[in-house]
Amino acid sequence: MGKKDKLSGEKSRNASSDYRQIFHEVSLKHASRRRITDKIISILAIVCVIGAIIPLGSILLEVIKNGAAVISIQFLTQPPGSIGSDTGGIGPAIQGTLITVGLASLIGAPIGILSGIYLSEFAPTGSGKGVKERAIIFFANTIRLFNDVLTGLPSIVIGIVGYVTIVLAINSFSVFAGAFALSIIMIPIISRVTEETLKLVPNSLREAGYSLGISKSKITLFIVLKYAKDGVLTGVILAIARIAGETAPLIMTILGTSLFFTGLTGPVDALPLKIWRLASQPYESAHAFGWGAALVLILIILILSASIRIIAQGKGIRVRTGTI
Amino acid sequence: MTRGSIHLNTDIKERVSSFLVGDRKRKKIGDKVFHGLVLGTAAYTLFILVIVVFSVGVGSAKIFSHEGFIGFVTGTNWNAVEGRESYGALPYIIGTLMSSGIALLIGVPMSLGIAFFLAEMASSRLSSPLSFVIELLAAVPSIIYGLWALFVFRFLIKDWIETPLYNTLGPYIPFFNQAPFGLDVFSAGIVLAIMIIPIISSISRDVMKAVPDTQREAAYSLGATRWETSRMAVFPYGKSGLLGASILGLGRAVGETMLVTLIIGNAIGPSAIPTTLFSQSQTLSSLIANEFNEASSDLQLSALIGLGAVLLILTMIINIGARLMVSKMVKVSPGGRE
Repeated sequence: MGKKDKLSGEKSRNASSDYRQIFHEVSLKHASRRRITDKIISILAIVCVIGAIIPLGSILLEVIKNGAAVISIQFLTQPPGSIGSDTGGIGPAIQGTLITVGLASLIGAPIGILSGIYLSEFAPTGSGKGVKERAIIFFANTIRLFNDVLTGLPSIVIGIVGYVTIVLAINSFSVFAGAFALSIIMIPIISRVTEETLKLVPNSLREAGYSLGISKSKITLFIVLKYAKDGVLTGVILAIARIAGETAPLIMTILGTSLFFTGLTGPVDALPLKIWRLASQPYESAHAFGWGAALVLILIILILSASIRIIAQGKGIRVRTGTI
Repeated sequence: MTRGSIHLNTDIKERVSSFLVGDRKRKKIGDKVFHGLVLGTAAYTLFILVIVVFSVGVGSAKIFSHEGFIGFVTGTNWNAVEGRESYGALPYIIGTLMSSGIALLIGVPMSLGIAFFLAEMASSRLSSPLSFVIELLAAVPSIIYGLWALFVFRFLIKDWIETPLYNTLGPYIPFFNQAPFGLDVFSAGIVLAIMIIPIISSISRDVMKAVPDTQREAAYSLGATRWETSRMAVFPYGKSGLLGASILGLGRAVGETMLVTLIIGNAIGPSAIPTTLFSQSQTLSSLIANEFNEASSDLQLSALIGLGAVLLILTMIINIGARLMVSKMVKVSPGGRE
């Protein structure tokens, strides 16, 4: 920094304008104060970084410390014992999370990928020429905006949607309502990632396909999508990691139960929901079980996040875990 | 390579090429079907948003006809006793805005500090793993933040921040004059800040990285220090993007449910209006989560969905504003190249 200040001082001597000279003299005069300000700000920035990392460390530490104490085969596989006792486990919650998230992915992943394909391959960007093209561009931009709006919707509102459209319709809390609600969270994420990734596929690949007389649908599926499969996969995993931890929409859709899965139209339990119910109980043993469930949940999400990292590594795919 | 395998290869090649190219008529139909399929799934997004508005509207129709929209939004009572039922959303709107406001006041400066460090100070060898750690913080589900806040952070904040504040400022400033308990608006705001920092800082970092280096070089050539460069050349250039990132964080904080439910103290009715920094309160989403399964009447259920409607309007305004601002600078997206 000092070198730069000296440089600017030398320059000021040759400056023709008085104003510039005054400016540089003043800046020289305050050079040490300015350097100190720079140092202070730098230190503050480092403090901010440390301040953000401490809570992460504390959360991971507490979850591992308290969670590991209760984890056992019985804890992972058994249904919960009577309220307040430390017997039983969280088997139904683990099973319920897998079923609900799996079903949501079955609904959400194909729809998200196909809608991303539409936005990238079939909707031109920029300003169109004819009326028809302009209409398509307007439609695509509306979908992009709606995707953004959906991403920003509070998850509890999505729970209300699942409740009104499905729970009230079939008159029962159900796995299906939960999966439907979670798929609403997934679709915009996957669609966005797919669109962005497909746009990175070089146009020459598509042109090579056309030159061989291959139809557009086959070019899209067997050339473009194949080339971009890692990016699309990270999008899907990202969305799964995101919904695996969602709690609010499940309150009004799958309800939570202490029994194992009975059918698609019956209530199930889920890990985040179980953590909430356990944390709200006044018993020490329930809290301990809550930490155990939290450890299982965080392990699932960390494994998913790490796998995204591994897939994306060295392929130039930029992934933001959790900040969509 | 033997003759046979070459023969086989050409056979496979032919089959593949006949599958890919096919005959013209089928090709056209196939394309049309595929186009229709992707168009349909894309339109599904529009359909979902219609469903969202429709179901929240239908669900809350009863309460809005009972209290009136203005009456519901400005009412303070929350009485589920049959015959005297009366519901108002004002305390929870205030609780939501106050907890999110605290989160922004703490979260935004810290996030900008982190983004400044990651984009301007750290070498890429340090910056890239650090960004990963901070994004990991964003991947932690909010229920786990809530659990941690309820059983760990609550006591730390009570002993180390709230009680000293209360002891020193409480007697003089009414805003601090309530014996802290750990479960209040202030702690909810702080945990929300911890939750939104990764979001704001990682987008801000990208915004700052998108500022052309010529901007920085111009400032450096005038003799500016690193901080002055950021203040005069980087921040003004990326101002709309940074503002958008912060508003996006606000949207997250406003809609957050689980961790708030666990730490805000869950007050009901007029007492949920926070009068001091350490008051128990309630937000729109936390009340929905708390009472949804225990709603005793259809009207109460409708009132809860009405809170959802208010929340929906609030977040839509916030999010559309933020996206418009951010998209001026960079695309907010999880994909794309660095």
